[in-house]
Amino acid sequence: MTTDAPNFSLRATGRSRRRLIKNRLAEGAALAAASAAILVLGILVWSVFSRGVHALSWDFFTKGPALFGQTGGGVAPALVGSLLLVGIATVMALPIGVLTAIFVSEFAPPRFGSQVRLWLDVLNGFPSIVIGIFVFALMVKTSLPIVGWGHHQSAFAGAFALSIIMLPLVARATMEVLALLPNELRDASLALGVSKWQTVLRVVLPTAFGGILTGTTLAIARAAGETAPLLFTCVLAGQTVDWDPTHSVNSIPYTIFQYSEAPDPALHQQAWALAFVLIAFVLITSLTARFLLERSRRKLGATR
Amino acid sequence: MEAASIPAPKGLPRTRRLGDRLGDRVLYGLTAGAAVLGLLLTAAIVWRVADGAWPAIKVFHASFLWHNEWNPVVNKFGARDLIIGTVVTSFGAVLLAAPVSIAIGLFLSELAPPSIRGPVGTLVEMLAAVPSVVIGLWGIYVLAPFDAQHLQPLLGSLFGWIPIFAHGGDKVESTVFSAMLVLTIMIIPITSSICRELFLGVPDELEEGAVGLGATRWEMVKTVVVPSVRGGVVAAVILGLGRALGEAIAVTQVIGNFTPLKLSIFEPGDTLASRTANQYQGAVSNLHVASLIYLAFILLVITFITNLTAQLVVKKFEFKR
Repeated sequence: MTTDAPNFSLRATGRSRRRLIKNRLAEGAALAAASAAILVLGILVWSVFSRGVHALSWDFFTKGPALFGQTGGGVAPALVGSLLLVGIATVMALPIGVLTAIFVSEFAPPRFGSQVRLWLDVLNGFPSIVIGIFVFALMVKTSLPIVGWGHHQSAFAGAFALSIIMLPLVARATMEVLALLPNELRDASLALGVSKWQTVLRVVLPTAFGGILTGTTLAIARAAGETAPLLFTCVLAGQTVDWDPTHSVNSIPYTIFQYSEAPDPALHQQAWALAFVLIAFVLITSLTARFLLERSRRKLGATR
Repeated sequence: MEAASIPAPKGLPRTRRLGDRLGDRVLYGLTAGAAVLGLLLTAAIVWRVADGAWPAIKVFHASFLWHNEWNPVVNKFGARDLIIGTVVTSFGAVLLAAPVSIAIGLFLSELAPPSIRGPVGTLVEMLAAVPSVVIGLWGIYVLAPFDAQHLQPLLGSLFGWIPIFAHGGDKVESTVFSAMLVLTIMIIPITSSICRELFLGVPDELEEGAVGLGATRWEMVKTVVVPSVRGGVVAAVILGLGRALGEAIAVTQVIGNFTPLKLSIFEPGDTLASRTANQYQGAVSNLHVASLIYLAFILLVITFITNLTAQLVVKKFEFKR
């Protein structure tokens, strides 16, 4: 009992064949685009690693730059300076950012909240060099109005510029976590007669803590790599380790910038090594933060 | 009526505890203060930058925009070629980045199997986390030499008959084209991750409808996915443009910092942000400093408009999730 073989083929021909080929080509192009982006990242990380890793040594992390005519030397002042700058910037940006986010998601009428959100996005879109110029015009060229600080470059001025970069990032990240908190949590607390402020401080914030932490970490990773805001506010520094925030200090990104255009090849090597340190710090913190964020989102029951 | 006769409970306080009333007010005040501070900051930036540029605005007026001489020695400053350089590098970068970004967005939202979407998406976003000074360093010593040795002669021989692609035969490393490539790398992760979110927001029913009618995946993308978020994609590209317009460090490292601009993109040039970043130390006179701030002010106005437009468009496309 054999059935007659159908006299048509399942193989696409003519127009359908062209459509399938077109589809394949488009899929291939999308795959190629994604691969190209990852390839560029790979080449970038590999060049920085392969050129920078040789210059890493104990001296590199603990010593200041070599005196003229000597070899070796390190970048300790830049490491300390970056730590100081980013530390102060975090202290300034974190509370303002978190409070702004609390206002938008807990107190503000929706209209006003979306306005604040919009302006934070606009602030985030300002070029970082413009932020640097702003701080220069505010407290380097002149002194800060009322308080009277400044009138010269300092770690304070640089950190202030970095905190302006961090503020929208912290605020937006916190808003997103607060928006994920189930309203039942707030309602339960309010129904027990707990006042609004206690609800926010004892229920909302502790639950959102993980998200705020990761948002801040991402902002720190971003601020640690910013050069442009520092150019006008915190570059005229000495060659030694300096913990005084009223002085201008060295920083990792500015040192890379400076060394990259220096004529001495030994300094290029140090620039690569420092770039390696910076990129390792930034990529590891961003990856960890992203991973933790994903986990805390899942814990809050977000569907996506 | 029985219910009406139930006596009101006595002894309950008529008002809430003082601490609670105070606490609510204080927290409200604090958070509102912080939010307003953020808004004031944005206003203060515009005001201080305009104020800092004022000496130069007073001297050059708007003619700053179309005069080209930049000579600190005789105190003459003009921004024409810097504005053109900014526009050329940014638009060039966007032209290169937009198709790639949309393709990546489609790959991550429609094509890739779910198990590799996450890792690939994260890797693309990591590209955005690389600090611009590191991309610039890599640009000087890896990308620009490769560009000068291989890409430029190739493009020059293919398109050399168009004046902007004219290639003189010298291997110039610091060029407008290198800056474009660096900017392209920097904006691809931004644009592609917004595109991915937009494409993911397209309702599944629409996509299933298209496939159910016999469309191939490409036809579904072309007829359903992309058209339903077209405005959002445009906004994503504009956001990338805003980033490219304002990038100072990486551009100044590879572009060669040279005006007057030449016609070919295989020659050195300069941009607003790059000039500002490059002359941060060498500013001789007050007018020179004010002129640099004037450059920053022009940049501020341009990026302000581009970003606001993009944000307002993107807002419309936030699908309810």
